[in-house]
Amino acid sequence: MADAPDVLSTEPAARYTDSLGKYIVIYLCILALAAVQFVFAYSGVHSGGRFARMFLVALAEGGLALLFFMHLWAEKRGFLLFVLVFTGFVLAAMQYGWTDSYRMERGVPNAHIEIDTAR
Amino acid sequence: MSQADTVMQHAGVMTEPAFSVPARKMAIWLFIIADAATFAACLVAYGFLRNGTPNWPTPFKFSPTVINAMVMTFVLVTSSLTMLLGVRAGKAGDRASAYRYTMITAAAGILFAVLHLREWMGMIHEGATLFHNPWGTGLFGASFFSITGLHLTHVVGGVVALLVVAARYKSGRLNAEHLEVVGLYWHFVDLVWMFVVPFVYLLNVAR
Repeated sequence: MADAPDVLSTEPAARYTDSLGKYIVIYLCILALAAVQFVFAYSGVHSGGRFARMFLVALAEGGLALLFFMHLWAEKRGFLLFVLVFTGFVLAAMQYGWTDSYRMERGVPNAHIEIDTAR
Repeated sequence: MSQADTVMQHAGVMTEPAFSVPARKMAIWLFIIADAATFAACLVAYGFLRNGTPNWPTPFKFSPTVINAMVMTFVLVTSSLTMLLGVRAGKAGDRASAYRYTMITAAAGILFAVLHLREWMGMIHEGATLFHNPWGTGLFGASFFSITGLHLTHVVGGVVALLVVAARYKSGRLNAEHLEVVGLYWHFVDLVWMFVVPFVYLLNVAR
């Protein structure tokens, strides 16, 4: 059987022609950010603060992987926007479910807030 | 009008894919978006359980659990780099290097799975199961094994896909675009791990 061609008639925007050095730098940045998360785990900050910091670092790590390892940055801008907006929409739409989870957890929305009925 | 005429008239429209992205690449991106929603659902549900449960256990000691998580992170991120090098070699037409890097990536995936299973066995040996654990609420084991198990399933599936695609690529039945598609999936598995580690492991370290 003949080899399948490596060059396609419809060549995508991402051509994977960046230098090896660039990929190594991105790789080291992701490892460094991962190390920062481990440092945060043992920092004296309260758990809410640790969560926020770790989440921001995870977003930075994921962003680097998404844009450069997955080459989203090298794709057409329309495709980049499509992926980001569509993903954001799907994740935001899921929030309809979380409000119900909150209700089940606390009884009713805002049930933990004490209302002064004397007034 | 004949069917052939109809096809010819639409051919100009059909040959131009959306965003100039080939169909199978677009398909894997749509899969990735859907899978991101799956993992997001699991992680947010875990967040609700964790916040809503008094005295949530924080059993993970620096050794062996946190060290193991560090090693697993290093292995997975490095495998993403080797996958990238494999796709890059494939795009350049260097089939031997592309095959070699893809097999290295699969080997790293197997190493990751072994490390993960070893950690699971350690936890099970300490008495942690899906519904019970010696540290407190049973929800801890349920959420930990569910989320890490879902990720591990993706890793194992990715390793199988890498091995199959690499073998078929070597034999000439697949091309560099197929490597790129399986590479995108592998990078996504790596990306998810970047969120699993802080939320499931590092927020539960013993202090």
